[in-house]
Amino acid sequence: MALPATVHEETFKPQPVDEPAVIDLHGLSVAFGKRPILKSLRGDLRGRAIGLLGPNGAGKTTLIHTLLGFHPPSAGTAQIFGYDIVDHANKIKSLIGYMPERDAFIAKMTAVHFVRLMAELSGLPSEAALERAHEALFYVGLGEARYRKLETYSLGMKQLAKLAQAIVHGPKLIFLDEPTNGLDPPARLRMIKLIREIRDSGQAHIVLSSHLLVDVEECCDEILILRDGQIAVYCNLEEERKSNRKFLMLEVRGDQKKFVEAIAKLGCEYAISSDSRLKVVLQEGVEVRDLYQLAVETQVQLRRLSYKRDSLEDIFLKAMENGYGGL
Amino acid sequence: MAVYEQTYKRYAGTLTPEWSRFLIIPRHAYRAVFNSKLFTAFYVVCFLPLLVETILIYLHHNVTALALMQVNVRELIPIDAFFFQTFINIQGGFAFFVALLVGPPLVSRDLRNNALPLYLCRPFSRTEYVLGKMSVILILLSVVTWVPQLLLFLFQSYLEGFTWFRANLWMINAIVLGGVVWVLLLALLSQTVSALVKWRVIASGALLGIFFIPTVFGAFVNEVFRTRWGNIVSLGALIKNVTAGLFGTFERVSGEIQIRDPATDLVVQIVPLLEPPLWASWAVLFLVCAVCLALLSWKVKAYEVVR
Repeated sequence: MALPATVHEETFKPQPVDEPAVIDLHGLSVAFGKRPILKSLRGDLRGRAIGLLGPNGAGKTTLIHTLLGFHPPSAGTAQIFGYDIVDHANKIKSLIGYMPERDAFIAKMTAVHFVRLMAELSGLPSEAALERAHEALFYVGLGEARYRKLETYSLGMKQLAKLAQAIVHGPKLIFLDEPTNGLDPPARLRMIKLIREIRDSGQAHIVLSSHLLVDVEECCDEILILRDGQIAVYCNLEEERKSNRKFLMLEVRGDQKKFVEAIAKLGCEYAISSDSRLKVVLQEGVEVRDLYQLAVETQVQLRRLSYKRDSLEDIFLKAMENGYGGL
Repeated sequence: MAVYEQTYKRYAGTLTPEWSRFLIIPRHAYRAVFNSKLFTAFYVVCFLPLLVETILIYLHHNVTALALMQVNVRELIPIDAFFFQTFINIQGGFAFFVALLVGPPLVSRDLRNNALPLYLCRPFSRTEYVLGKMSVILILLSVVTWVPQLLLFLFQSYLEGFTWFRANLWMINAIVLGGVVWVLLLALLSQTVSALVKWRVIASGALLGIFFIPTVFGAFVNEVFRTRWGNIVSLGALIKNVTAGLFGTFERVSGEIQIRDPATDLVVQIVPLLEPPLWASWAVLFLVCAVCLALLSWKVKAYEVVR
């Protein structure tokens, strides 16, 4: 069942700057009639797993559909791996896999027949398609149920079958639109595990659209937040968390009152959360070493000092409040 | 991504040529179509008139068989244009029922289960999708209509000799074109109805309605206005006229009205009833096909856009 000669053995490397971006947006706009949905999106998305976030109606699904060639851009364009989405639509489609948000399958077919048909439509010869259909279904955990008709599948199984058809032809980029929709906690965990495995295999980039921040947080290294059809934030999740280094959590032992008075004199805001714990916001020009200096002067011990890391929720809420930018 | 390896790996083997991918749809569809024993039995029945036709052609050229059956060759139907036209019309009737059974669920099932994005997110265009779905019908219907007629024409030519073949060569055009027009019309109509109506039973009913309601309406118009122009809305009548035109048996006068003097009850005038001209029949069929293509282009999309 292995495919020794026909698979790439390359290991994943982050998309280098001199190579084409995974998705390159060049003022991409989409309008339905006179109603603008996406407004001049610009930027290079190079992440291994890109989370697509935004409130309902922000344009997440429209962006995916436009990249898939379902909607024509009203202005601007985009490139996927350097191929224009309008001029090289077929080339792009051979490189991508898509798991739609809604229930989508072909009736009166067993899972293996369905996934095989999808592989054949992607250009795989019949025998290879059948082989990979079996493999994909085993991979997503539907091996034992692969001869059952899709109509008899539970919601969780249908989601896994949709994932199997999205990966059966081994795409280089996989669009997952709300992959954990309607799943119970164990099924959700299984889906997340599969997505992370695909990401970590280094064989494919992933664009994950979800309204569940926790899903994106668990799977993605970069996030693109859309708001009203515009990019509110595009950032590397880890770097964004680290960049917020002005907010400190301190644990002190000694005369806390004296210490906070000294902090206040430096012009820093603070909040006392317990007898020994403080939250401090460093002002411009004030460094951490100044706090150490104050601790020596006021004779308190600094037992702990840590930066508060922004959660994805913080980043998301900030993006919703602050407006557009981030690229 | 071998079963035992359980890891994600890309595919880099050979790919099938893009032009041939629309044929994947009929190949997979036939598995479902011939899964039904009832349909398979009906499809076999569709070949019975062809068997009769073969026997008739054979009898014409087998003196021993005629002697055994004590039949004179003159008593048999002559093998000419009318012979082939009759059988292509009979097969056309069977083709209609095949289309009625196979056509309606083809697109409607995909629409109902949101399967179109799954097709169209691959290197597979909307045109290829429609072509693939139509091929399911086109191939099935061709196998019971013009393809066997063409083979029987060649069979007759083989038995009758080259002179007959050369003299009737034009019939190949009539058989192929007549069959293809009918099959194409059925395929387009069934796909369009299937794309517009999501439920199979309603789609089948609608397809029946498209053929029979205008025919009844046309007959009503013919009767009330004492004309034959009502046939212009009847697809069955249009195809019959077009096929007759191709076989050279079309006659515009298909009846007459006798106008009598009320006082003497004598016929004072005979008004011939004229079928619509052939060009009009072709034009209407062309128009129907164009409308079907426009509707298919409108409906076959990955997602409906709400403007």
